[in-house]
Amino acid sequence: MMIGPMLSEAWQAMGANRPRAFLTMLGTTIGVAAVVMMLAVGQGAQDSVDRAIASMGRNLFVVLAGSPTANGVRLGTGNAPTLTVADAQALEELSTVGAMAPILPGAAQIVYGAHNWSTSVLGTTPRFLDVRSWSLSAGSPFDDSDVRGATRVALLGQTVVKNLFGDEDPVGKTVRIGKSPYLVMGTLAAKGQSLDGKDQDDAVLIPVTTAQRKLFGSQFQGSVRFLVARAASAEAMPAAEREMTRLLRQRHRLADGVDNDFTVRNLTALVNTAAETTRTMSLMLGAIASISLLVGGIGIMNIMLVSVTERTGEIGIRCALGARAGDIRLQFLLEALVLSLVGCLLGVFLGAGGALLASAVARIAVVVTLSSVLMAFLVAAGVGIFFGFYPANKAALLKPMAALRYQ
Amino acid sequence: MSVAPVIRLTHLGKHYETRAGPVPVLKDVNLDIGHAEFVAIMGPSGSGKSTLMSILGCLDAQSDGTYLFEGRDVGVLSRDQLAGLRNRVIGFVFQGFHLLPRATLLDNVALPLVYAGVGKSERRLRARQMLERVGLGAHTASLPDQISGGQQQRVAIARALINRPSLILADEPTGNLDTRTSQEVVELLRRLNVEEGITVVLVTHDPGVAADAKRLVHLVDGQVAHDGPALRRVAGRRPS
Repeated sequence: MMIGPMLSEAWQAMGANRPRAFLTMLGTTIGVAAVVMMLAVGQGAQDSVDRAIASMGRNLFVVLAGSPTANGVRLGTGNAPTLTVADAQALEELSTVGAMAPILPGAAQIVYGAHNWSTSVLGTTPRFLDVRSWSLSAGSPFDDSDVRGATRVALLGQTVVKNLFGDEDPVGKTVRIGKSPYLVMGTLAAKGQSLDGKDQDDAVLIPVTTAQRKLFGSQFQGSVRFLVARAASAEAMPAAEREMTRLLRQRHRLADGVDNDFTVRNLTALVNTAAETTRTMSLMLGAIASISLLVGGIGIMNIMLVSVTERTGEIGIRCALGARAGDIRLQFLLEALVLSLVGCLLGVFLGAGGALLASAVARIAVVVTLSSVLMAFLVAAGVGIFFGFYPANKAALLKPMAALRYQ
Repeated sequence: MSVAPVIRLTHLGKHYETRAGPVPVLKDVNLDIGHAEFVAIMGPSGSGKSTLMSILGCLDAQSDGTYLFEGRDVGVLSRDQLAGLRNRVIGFVFQGFHLLPRATLLDNVALPLVYAGVGKSERRLRARQMLERVGLGAHTASLPDQISGGQQQRVAIARALINRPSLILADEPTGNLDTRTSQEVVELLRRLNVEEGITVVLVTHDPGVAADAKRLVHLVDGQVAHDGPALRRVAGRRPS
């Protein structure tokens, strides 16, 4: 028998008892809507993580100054003045390292006119912008000569700009950081929140030498708190970690068997874990939602069983007219399939609409992807076939005469 | 070499299994029905007429004996082969018409063609022609409950004829019809028999209907009690 007339018959059969068909579909509809919505929310979360990762910069390392051990008491990282600007310059020569910048962080009050704002000030080199893939929204960066000369120049993050300048253009203006005036050379492009929720735009960059000598002062000449590095590529990351460690040990003249006086930390690995967690969460949400799809499928099976019983006489007539067992089975399978697919179609709209509503009302990021819709469709079709098979088979195995006499 | 009869039943028996043991319905039925015969089967209720019809129509299997259809042993055919036989060679007409209530008359008539794998345009064409032939060409898009019982039975006959069967089995085709429409339906069957040589086997309670047949088989208690030419004059003289 041909699929065409069977499909139209399946469609007619569904139309014959509209309220029942609708209620049967509702299970699938809600299941699919739940899957689509959950996947949309999951994808939204994943995308924001991905954006955060992208804003942080890719393939990142942090080299933290040592954890000094004094008489068996180990202090936290960053407390030993073991890293220098020269270390950063030397490490950048490695082929596996794309860019490297020293950082001396601190906090300072920054004042412009009647406004003042407390923010974190990072003493660094122009390479920092490269490491973090951070561009300027206005002005120009300070350069190596500023670092050499320890000039009082600054780049302002967007949050700082907003709080000090409002709508005014800060480039070329002079702000006071601590007690000294600094020339604003440029403003940094907005980066948004980091993964741990910190506002990355609430920062001011100044030359590392200025920070060391003029702003914070450093009890150890030329030392910095940590270095940030970007590996040349994702593949080069393990090699970069090895080589940086080797070179630093060499530069710090550490004998074999002596602990490192620094810590190399792979930030991307941390970030990847975060991304992985989000992905797992989104999959789990989808999996939980698909349980409701399963329940919808059982609803279809239930109604199809009722339908087979109700239409036993019709099955008998069809048998008398020459329907083979396979024809009867296919007919009821198609009916189950039509029910689940139409339910699925409604569910996709409901789910996508619900997701968009949720994002509008609850302000959570949602992304409805084609793949999630396709997946929901395939699962719904699978549910229709799987749960339709038992009733369809029951119909196919009816004895023609018994079916005909049933009425 | 003689042509095999359309139907040859040899020592055919049928019993139904119940909890109280087997209940015999047909006992040692021997019956030959040749090409282009018009046979009426009569008998009291419970005499096994409908069971015999369902076995003849390959809707049910006998318990004992053999059933040769056009010389072929039906007992060895598979379910699907039997379905093919019902589809292409046998046409059914039932007392309750048995049309699909949601399908139009055209779709009802065309349904056997669907199972025969005939394409859509040819299905529609042939179904339309067949409906015209039974005088319902104007009702192709109607639903079964929109026409009268006699018309529904004519649709059922059109459906039975659509695949050009060699045998029509009619199980009390006039049982639900008044006298006038009964006559129309029987006349239609008789014409098919005479003009196209289709073998017709008809179960009826109505002696007037049976009188139109060429041959009359009486079943009593699952056995053939009488098998001979239908007696028109006897039926005509019957006091009523």
